[in-house]
Amino acid sequence: MLLAPVVWVLTAVIVYFFAAKTWWFPPPINQHGMEYDAQFWRTLVVTGIIFVVAQFALGWVIVRFRNDGGRARHSHGNNKLETLWTSATAILFLGLVVMGTKIWAGVHFDEAPPDAIPIEVLVKQFAWNFRYAGPDGKFGHTELKFINDAAGNPFGIDEKDPAGKDDIVSATLKVPIGKPIKLVMHSLDVIHNFFVRELRMKQDIVPGMEIPLHFEADQIGTYEVPCSELCGLGHYKMRTSMQVMSQADFDQWKQQQAQK
Amino acid sequence: MPASVTSDIIQGPPPPPIEHGWGGGGESGGRGADRRASFTGLFVLLAASTMVFAAFTSAFVVRRGLSDDWASMHKPSILWVNTVVLLASSLVLDQSRRSLKAGNRSRFNFWWSGGTALGILFLLGQAYAWQQLKDAGIYVATNPSSSFFYVLTAAHAFHLLGGVVALVYVDVQALRLRLGPAKRTAIDVTAVYWHFLDGIWLYLMVLFYVWG
Amino acid sequence: MSSPSDHAAHAPHGFIRRYIFSLDHKVIGIQYYCLGLFSVFLGMSLSLLMRFHMVNPHAQVHWFEKLWPTAAAGGVMTPELYLSLMTMHGTIMVFFVLTTVPQSGFGNYFLPIQIGAEDMAFPVLNMMSFWTTFLSLCVMVAAFFVQGGAPLSGWTSYPPLSGAGPLTGPGEGLGQTLWIVSIAIFCGASLMGAINFIATTVDLRCKGLSLMRMPLTCWTWLVTAILGLLGFAVLLSAGVLLLLDRLAGTSFFLPAGLMVNDQILNHKGGSPLLWQHLFWFFGHPEVYIAILPGMGVTSQLLSTFSRKPIFGYKAMVYAILSIGFLGFLVWGHHMFMSGMNPYSAMAFATLTMCIGVPSAIKTFNWIGTLWGGKIHFDTAMMFALGFVSLFVTGGISGIFLGQPALDLYFHDTYFVVGHFHMIMGVAAIFGMFAGTFYWFPKMTGRMMNEKLGKLHFYLTFIGVYCIFAPMHYLGIAGNPRRYSQFTENEFLGPLLPIHNFMTYAAYVTAAAQLIFLFNLIWSLKKGPKASINPWNSTTLEWTVPSPPPHDNFGGVHPVINHGPYEYSVPGSSKDFIMQNDPAEVPSEG
Repeated sequence: MLLAPVVWVLTAVIVYFFAAKTWWFPPPINQHGMEYDAQFWRTLVVTGIIFVVAQFALGWVIVRFRNDGGRARHSHGNNKLETLWTSATAILFLGLVVMGTKIWAGVHFDEAPPDAIPIEVLVKQFAWNFRYAGPDGKFGHTELKFINDAAGNPFGIDEKDPAGKDDIVSATLKVPIGKPIKLVMHSLDVIHNFFVRELRMKQDIVPGMEIPLHFEADQIGTYEVPCSELCGLGHYKMRTSMQVMSQADFDQWKQQQAQK
Repeated sequence: MPASVTSDIIQGPPPPPIEHGWGGGGESGGRGADRRASFTGLFVLLAASTMVFAAFTSAFVVRRGLSDDWASMHKPSILWVNTVVLLASSLVLDQSRRSLKAGNRSRFNFWWSGGTALGILFLLGQAYAWQQLKDAGIYVATNPSSSFFYVLTAAHAFHLLGGVVALVYVDVQALRLRLGPAKRTAIDVTAVYWHFLDGIWLYLMVLFYVWG
Repeated sequence: MSSPSDHAAHAPHGFIRRYIFSLDHKVIGIQYYCLGLFSVFLGMSLSLLMRFHMVNPHAQVHWFEKLWPTAAAGGVMTPELYLSLMTMHGTIMVFFVLTTVPQSGFGNYFLPIQIGAEDMAFPVLNMMSFWTTFLSLCVMVAAFFVQGGAPLSGWTSYPPLSGAGPLTGPGEGLGQTLWIVSIAIFCGASLMGAINFIATTVDLRCKGLSLMRMPLTCWTWLVTAILGLLGFAVLLSAGVLLLLDRLAGTSFFLPAGLMVNDQILNHKGGSPLLWQHLFWFFGHPEVYIAILPGMGVTSQLLSTFSRKPIFGYKAMVYAILSIGFLGFLVWGHHMFMSGMNPYSAMAFATLTMCIGVPSAIKTFNWIGTLWGGKIHFDTAMMFALGFVSLFVTGGISGIFLGQPALDLYFHDTYFVVGHFHMIMGVAAIFGMFAGTFYWFPKMTGRMMNEKLGKLHFYLTFIGVYCIFAPMHYLGIAGNPRRYSQFTENEFLGPLLPIHNFMTYAAYVTAAAQLIFLFNLIWSLKKGPKASINPWNSTTLEWTVPSPPPHDNFGGVHPVINHGPYEYSVPGSSKDFIMQNDPAEVPSEG
């Protein structure tokens, strides 16, 4: 019977830390992130109510119906009640997933806007590499056999290809604020995952596939990018950062890189 | 006809000695329940085998659609012979079951052993097909089509090997004249299993020749 | 394969026949239970090592070096060692604990008795299924001892990490190969078990025991067996293909253009996603295999100890069947972020929400069973009540993860780790504890100690909440999973106190399990003698001696006249009616 207060206390503590947001999401930096948080909140409220009611009810029946001699009420159930709570659950659960569809669609059904800045991402055990097309707007041809990290050519850009001469290669992701970005992601070896908490987005990067991901970042700052798919012994330290800067700073950075 | 067969027809088979074989106990519910259970067990096994081949098939379909490197593999012509041998073995096994129903023990022995021999011949034919492929330089990793060919034929052969073990077991029991109700169940279960593998083989032939 | 009636009439003699290669489903059930008990302590030890390392990544521990001279040189656990411990922890727990004890342990022991049979349909096959499982465990443990050690690709073993060989990391050589072989052997063992469970339930029920009069435990064992049958067959196929990729140079899962550790590999055209589809087609039913028998036990115990029929028996059966059926249609929710077709993601999400419904029905019905009851708080019942609480908590977090929109953040974070541990790592385990306390008297003829039982229960119940509830907060903060340490990312620093708290909670909770172990072993010898039906429970196992004779019913065939949970029937003289009591119910007075 002690179980009832134990369950109630545990429930209260758990709810408290959700309500107090003691350990929480970092603030979102885009529209998608704000919509994400709204959907999360909706789900939290619905599940939170169910959680509290169920744990409370469990504790309550333990207290109210503990054995005190005498017979229990003989009943095999109640079809009306059964139908009622089954339908309610179905409506709530399905309703939640329907409400989240728009968010999912925004990331995966919609194509990147035509003016999105394309950035190539190449990952491997345990490093991130990003490539920009440079002033000519074209990515140079690459081949595995040209890959040479030590020589500063992680993408394996073919030296003979003029389109690749002005490509900018970076170990961190730099993007201008408020502009649509389209990442085109490849992996050289195993599955990795690109995750930015503040964007509320992550995506597996699968070898053999070209994985697109588009987003906009609306706040200047530097955000951590921890690899989020087990990729080997260095998984815990495979990180990079996304730096969101003003358009002017971004242009200046690109110019500096091109001059190298 | 041997005297034991005559007495079978008149008096019914003697109760089986207690031993480790598919059971049919002395009790009234026992025999029926055990026969039913053996068939349930068989169908459950067939469901699992179907899933194995379904999984391989879905991998086949996905892989085929994925990249442009699917090249149809040249299939050794002996496969057709093997197919005929396998189908023949099924017909022969069924013939032997009919003989047993009619009470003809020696005919049963003859046909059943024939079916077993044909089954073993099929496996030898499959080995020969693999040899032919090797001679042509087609190995498991040569191209995706060959990979699946080897995997699927190996999976089928593995199942068939189990079937051959069961066929041989019945053969041995028949030669020792121990064919009580427990063995009858074993015979029927084995035969159905064998026919199922026929079906799988025909399915694989279609897969290989139409999409492989 | 001898028939039940055959061998039941002839009890075996000799130590080997009676205890090692026994054909008796009761002995085999205990063998599986012992295998599970060994495995859970092994798996738990691995998790303690993991938790220690996460909060003390640079600690020098002398005996680490003794155990792992290369992987813990200087006494410091390397990241690869951590990952291999993690891989083996998950694998051992999921396969050798959660898939064996609830089904092959308790199910083997009690299914035949609850349906009035003398043994399983195929006793020799049953014996083989145990020893095959044992062989599988030996091969799995062997992976620790080979060069390179155990694999580091997680229990999910995604290629190319698991498929491209030792280039991808230590342990990915022979260790990974042994892992795959062990799993393949396990698949065979599972198949053998499934054949037995299904045939036994379908064909060996005694007179009067229609399907709708079966105890709910039998329903869960049946559906679990079907899930295992179809799921493990697919895992076996996937394992074969992965093995060929590793050893024979095929390209089922390995694409072109792979460059691992500066080496260009020769593969072409395979798909890592294909592995994920095949694996999770098995993997999702697997988690229902882990939980369904626990649900059956919970239903049985809640009914018995509140002296009330289960609320909505029919609905419970339909819920079990729906969970089983839908369980095959939702595997894609493990792959929302995988790069698979986003439209199929929505389809899987919808089906996933649907499967939440029968789970909710079961929870409501459990509370409905307790409502209006007369609840007795024996330890077995405590664990059943704990199961309900933990199932609610674990299930609720699934509502977040089942939405692809929200999974965009939560995938591969500690939110997922918290979710599945609550459900599998705790609720399912509580199902096993509940079954142990409930059935120990029947299996041994003695009672377990209630004081120790309650102490163990409370320490464990509070302990697991302390370990796994905080993981949800870590997930919200974005803490990725499968990290061996949290030293490289700034945002992880403030979360270390939670990790420390969880680690201490883990030490205490693990220590508390020794109370259970002591209780189990001590009660075997010194527990007070049990009556034939100490819980006044209604199902058939409570009509036979403790422990039951070799052929369970002493040659008598029970005849069933009542449903499984006839408690407190108005007008009857006792507050329970055994299933095989005469049809005329003796009335009061």
